[in-house]
Parts: sequence; C-alpha cells; structure tokens
Amino acid sequence: MTDTTTKIRPPRNQWWDVWDQFKTHRGALVGLTIFVAILGLILIGPLVWHMDPTYVDFRARNKGFSLAHPLGTDQLGRDLLARMMAGGKVSISVGLTAMSLSIFLGAAIGVLAGYFKRLDGHLMRLTDLFLALPLLPLLLLMVTLFRDPLSKGFGPEGGIFLLIVTAIGATSWMQTARIVRGEVLALKEREFVLAARSIGTPAHRLVLRHILPNVMSPIMVSATLGIASAIITESALSFLGLGFPPDFPTWGRLLFDAVDQIQLYPMRVILPGIAISLTVLSVNYIGDGLRDALDPRIRGR
Amino acid sequence: MKLKTALMGAAALLAFAPAAFAERGSDGELKIIQSQAASTMNQYLSSGTKDINASSMVSEPLASYKPDGTMMPRLAVEIPTLENGGVSADGKTITWKLLPGVKWSDGTDFTADDVVFTGQYCMDPAGGCAQLSKFEGIDKIEAVDPLTVKISFKEPKTNPYSAFVGALAPILQKKQFEKCLGANASSCTDANFKPIGTGPFVVTDFKTNDVAVFVANPNYRDPAKPAFATATLKGGNDAMSTARAVMETGEYDYGWNTQIEPEVQAQMIAAGKGKFMTAYGGLVERLELNMTDASSALPEGERSTAKHPHPIFSDIRVREALSKAIDRSLLVEIGYGEAARPTCNLVPAPEMFASDNTGCLTQDVEGAKKLLDEAGWTDSDGDGIRDKDGKKLSLVYQTSVNPIRQNFQAMIKQWWNDIGVEVELKQIDPSVFFGGDAGSPDTFQKFYADVQMFANEWDGTDPQAYLAQLTCEKAPKPEDQWQGENIPRFCNPDYDALIKEMLTTADPAKRADQIKKLNDMVTKDAMVTVPLANRARFSAVSNTLVGVDMNAWDSEYWNVADWSRAK
Repeated sequence: MTDTTTKIRPPRNQWWDVWDQFKTHRGALVGLTIFVAILGLILIGPLVWHMDPTYVDFRARNKGFSLAHPLGTDQLGRDLLARMMAGGKVSISVGLTAMSLSIFLGAAIGVLAGYFKRLDGHLMRLTDLFLALPLLPLLLLMVTLFRDPLSKGFGPEGGIFLLIVTAIGATSWMQTARIVRGEVLALKEREFVLAARSIGTPAHRLVLRHILPNVMSPIMVSATLGIASAIITESALSFLGLGFPPDFPTWGRLLFDAVDQIQLYPMRVILPGIAISLTVLSVNYIGDGLRDALDPRIRGR
Repeated sequence: MKLKTALMGAAALLAFAPAAFAERGSDGELKIIQSQAASTMNQYLSSGTKDINASSMVSEPLASYKPDGTMMPRLAVEIPTLENGGVSADGKTITWKLLPGVKWSDGTDFTADDVVFTGQYCMDPAGGCAQLSKFEGIDKIEAVDPLTVKISFKEPKTNPYSAFVGALAPILQKKQFEKCLGANASSCTDANFKPIGTGPFVVTDFKTNDVAVFVANPNYRDPAKPAFATATLKGGNDAMSTARAVMETGEYDYGWNTQIEPEVQAQMIAAGKGKFMTAYGGLVERLELNMTDASSALPEGERSTAKHPHPIFSDIRVREALSKAIDRSLLVEIGYGEAARPTCNLVPAPEMFASDNTGCLTQDVEGAKKLLDEAGWTDSDGDGIRDKDGKKLSLVYQTSVNPIRQNFQAMIKQWWNDIGVEVELKQIDPSVFFGGDAGSPDTFQKFYADVQMFANEWDGTDPQAYLAQLTCEKAPKPEDQWQGENIPRFCNPDYDALIKEMLTTADPAKRADQIKKLNDMVTKDAMVTVPLANRARFSAVSNTLVGVDMNAWDSEYWNVADWSRAK
C-alpha cells in the first residue's frame, strides 16, 4: 500500500495545457509566427530603418526596388518600407485597441443580458439598434462633431485615433454580445451555478468567478475576429479618405494613394494589400487555434 | 469586260473622293464619350457642363465665344457694338440683327419671335430657369422686325452680352416650346429631350443619363457641313475609362473631361492613338490664407470673423514667405501633368485680362526664410519651428478629399517645414467641404483653419462678378449664415472703390486694366489668395478626328460642324 507509486503529475498552470493544445494546430502556429513577425517588423523595424515615412524626396519619385529604398518610393518620393512600417503601427494599434473596446462592451452587455432577465429585452433591442447603424455615415458625423475638440485635447493624430477606435469599437460589439448572451443563458441553468447560488453567492461574484471563465472561449475567438475586422474597417475608412490626416500613413491610406497608378506601379497596391491580408489571415488562424485550445472538451483529445 | 467595269468603278471613286471631302454626311459616325452622361438636352433646365455640351450640338445662341475669349456671331449678322450702333450710347439697349435665311431643323424659318420667346421662357418666374442670371437686369425683349431683336435693360449695362451669348443661353423654337412655359417647363419631356435647333445635328434618340443619338441637320445653313452623317454621345463612368476609350482602345473619337494622373497620361499618349487637348479658362487651384483668427479657443460665432484678425497672417511678410517657399512647376508636374500650368494670377485667362504677374513662379526658399526672420519669427528654442513672443508658427491647412490635393498638401507641408513652419493637415469629405451647410464647422465658407486649398472659376469671359466677391462686406459671417463669397476675408477699401468704379466703366480697354489691377491687389500685393495652378479643360481626341479647337469659354463642341474624319 505504501509503495503504490501513483505518478501524480506535478501541479501545472492550465495555460500550459492550452499552449500544448494550441501547438497541435498547425495553421494557428503558422499564423502566430507571421503575426509575431509582422509585429516585430513594425516595432523593431523603425529602429533599424531610420528613414522618415513622410519625407518627400522629389528626386526619388516612383523608384523601384533598390538598396536605398528596398520597397521603392511612391509618387512623391516617400520611402515605402518606412511607410509600410509606420502604417502597420497605426493599423495594428487601431485594430488591437478597437478590439479591446468592442470585446469589453460586447462581453459586458452579453453577460448582463444573459444573466439578468430584466435587462435582457432592453439590452437586446439596443443591440438590434446598433446592428442597424451604418458605420460610414455615423463616422462622417462623428468626425464633423468631435474632431476639433478631440484634436485640441490629444493632438491631431491622437484625437483622430481615439475617434476611429471609439467608432469602430462602438459599432462592432454586437456579435460578441449576442454570442456571449447565448452562452450565459445556457450556463445559468447548469448545476454548478445552482450550487453556487444555493450557498448564497452574490450575483457579481457568480458572474466573475463562475460564468465569465466559462465564456472565455467564445470571447477570445470573437476578439481575434474583431482585430481583423477593425483593421479592415480602418483601412476602408482611410481608403475613402475619412481616416487619419493625410500625413499619417496607414495601410489603408497607402492603398488609397496607390490605386490611381495601379497599372503603372502595381507593387504599391500589392504590398499594403498583402500586409493587410496576411495580418487578418494570421489573426483568424490564431483565433481558430485558440478556440480549440480553450475548449476543455477538445483539449487533451 | 468585268475587269473594265471594275476599273471604271475604281476610277470613278477616285474622281469623286475629293468632292466627298466637302460634302455633308460623308464621314460616317462621330463617337463622343463623356465622363458624365447628359441628363437633358435643354440647358435652361440644367447647369451641368455635361448637358450644356450635349445640347450645344443642336441648339445655338446668337453669338459664341471663340477660344481666345472674343465673341463670334452665329445666328446674328455681326456683334452689336457702340461703333456699329448695336449698343446704345447710354448702355441701356442692345440690338441684334439676325442672319437671314436660317431654318430650324424641321424646315420652318428662324425669326426674331423665337428669340423673344426664349427670353420669355427663361424669365418666367414659375419656370426655375437655370440660366436666369444671364437674363438679369433685362426690362424687355422685343422683335422690331422678323430679323431684328432689341433688348432693353433696366439699368445701363457695362457688359450687355449675356442673354443669347454663349452655349448657356441658346435659342429655343417658339413652336415647339410654346406650351412649356413656366411650371410646365420640366414636364415637356419630349421637347426637352429632342429640342428642334438650328445647329449642325438633330437628336433622334435620347436616353437620360446614358446616350444621345444625332443625325446631321438636313437644313443646316452651310450645305457642306457637318461632315459626319450621325453622332453618338455616350456617358462613361469616370475620367479614367473615358480617356482609355479614346486613347487606348480607340472606340471613341472624343473623350470629354479626362483629368487623370500625369504618369497615366504619358502612358496613354505613348500608345499613339490620340492626343490630349487643353484649353485654359479661369479655373485656378489656390491657397487662401485666412485673414481672421480661426482658433478654436474663440467662442463659436466669433471664429473666423473680422472681430479677431489673424495673429500670424496679419503680417504680409509671413504670407509672402509662404508663397515663396512653394515650387509651383513641380506641383503641376506631379499633380496635373499637361492638364494645368503654374500661375500667380487669380484671373489667368483670357489673354486680354491676364496680368503679367509672374513673380511667384520661381521658388525662393532662402528669400522666404529671410522674410520670416525680418518679421521677427525666429527659432529661439531650437526645435526647428519658428516662434515669436512664445507663440509657435504653426498652421492648420485643410482641403477636400482628393488624391491630387493630398499630394499637394504633403509637398507644401514639406516646403513650409523647410522654412520652419509647422503644418497640421486636415482633409474633409468634399460633400461636406463644398456643401455650404451653415451647421457644419468644416465648410470652406466657415474656414475654421489658417490655410485652405480649392479651385474656383467664373462663368463667361468677364470676371467682374467674380472679382466683386472679394469686397469687405462679402466676408462670410454668422449673421448671413456664412454664405459670403469673400472666403479669405480680404478687406481693402481701395479694392472696394475700384470695384465700384468698374461697375460703371464700359470701355473694354479700361476694364481690362481694372481687372488686372484688381487681380494684382489680391495676389501679389496682398498675398491673400495664393494661386498655384491654372487648370485646363482637358479632353482626349483621337488622331482620326480633325478640326477640334478646344474652347474654355463656350461648349467644347462649339465648332462640331467643322469636325471631320482625318483622310
């Protein structure tokens, strides 16, 4: 009895299990590698490549790939590599921030609507209302109303950043809210919730300790999808000329600037296009992998 | 025998070929593509250039403007002047002698009654005529005899050539439009889409916003014209596809309004199927410097009003320095290519009104820096931006969303950075910027910025009304819902006095002098309006089409009767 050497696994953080499961998803791994590479290029690149992305060099207009300009220059002689890096920084930070905002809103509204029956009707009608809001006219209005006060407070770049992030975040939380609400409705009837409630657990603790951890998986997934759609929305806005001031490059603006010369200089459209597609695709794959990894029923199988 | 007949046939063809050159309808079909399709054939119901072009193929005015801006009689025997007695000495009447023997395309005679009727048609208060301004100040129009029309004005007119002159005010047939007066104007679909005219072509089919089909007018006054038997006028999608249809695929003979990127222009010219033609009118892309303070620290209703003069631009040396730092030729080369030329004038054309002001054409960065030094703006804290009394030389520079304008913004920002001026760029959706909504802070009239860029021009050749927009009292302000036209809030009593003087001057030479003087007062003397480029009408013409003479003052098809197929 004493020598039964039952091998007890050493205690281990559950996130290691998640990581183990995540590793088995090849697409997710490739996606993660690419995403980290793009992030690295954007964050570390400017430290190595010192060219100013907005410097207009009239003698070097429309240059192809060369040592002085690895990705060539645009119609005003601005270095495209520097512009790609600067643009990526803006595009991805818009994506991440807008996603955080929309996830926070979506999860909060979803949990509240799912858990408190009294709020359900109102919150879901609010969700319907937001689903019906067209983003572009809304943004036009927001730009007109808030640009001046915001750029006075935060500078022209900071102001419009806040504006765009808020606009995208405030108009993309609805799907998350719907998904989370559904999950919460199902969870609420489960035995462990009943058990917790029977020993007098207050509502806020019940939500934070028991319900929220169990809806993490759909939240994480819609978060990754949210990054992708936020990057695309920002690009679309810049492409329409409604986004950042013209001297702050973003990937969408690079596309907007280059589209007139698509026949003559196709690379100028292809490069930012590839950057957007790669980022979005890799983030989607990461989301796919995370969904599998976070689901305890799939994990370890 | 057969061979002989064939040879004879060939010989006969050869013999007739030169004769065919000067024969109506010998050259087949003329195909025109416009970047926007025509929506009506009656230009009294539309002010769009696309519609004016289309109807100018059918309807004609008494006189047209030639490419150099002078007038040419069309349905009149001559241009009435003071010398030939056509214009009365007191400037209150003008008498037109009509060309005898002119027939409408349905074969009836063209008479003074038609002219009188056209005036009545447009001046009908219930009609909503789009060209009413052409008939402003007219007391009455009367037919003295079948070939004489007399127009009397309420006040003496310095420029009596507005009604029935130019493509905007052609003559309509009384018989056809008699029932279309006043409120019935827009419901007369048949007449509006297929007007009977005296011009070289007759409409046979018209589809709104799509296509118009014409045949040569059998009753046109010159029996040898037009050379084309039929004509098609199709609407394209945009400037790029319009240019392509003429220059690359060769499907069309003429492409109207083909403003495209300079690099693409060069590529299309290299294809060798056609050429781009330009005509310079008054369209000037300019920077306007706000003479009033637009700071958002001021309360709403006082921003950009005469209450607060601009803290930086009140010194003319700063304005001059900003203009000096700009290389206009490079702007034109990158932005427009062949479709514009650098200019320092607000009134760059026609020749007779253009001032010889060319001082701004060469960039002078050192001179600009010196001017700013003299004005007391120095970089005292070493951050690359000049300052004075603790205030930074920092400007907000706005314009509408448009790829060319954004390129200009980037370039001008860099030049200004080079002389130590900090620039914040702003771009506004064109429908908001030009929308004129008094509730929006982003319209060009409100001008809540220090510098803004846009283009503007005037109607006709005479810029009197255009220059009169810049008098002190026309500055946009909240009391008049920001509808004023003096966008830079320029105010100079001498200028206002000269405008008043001009309103009573009839002598053409004197007027030209006044126009030049007024132009110099706003541009080189005050640097309030900083002209950048004179943009041209820019159209693509196939190499197989001859006779095209681009015209910036009239319809581009003003001489379509003279067009023919290259032999």
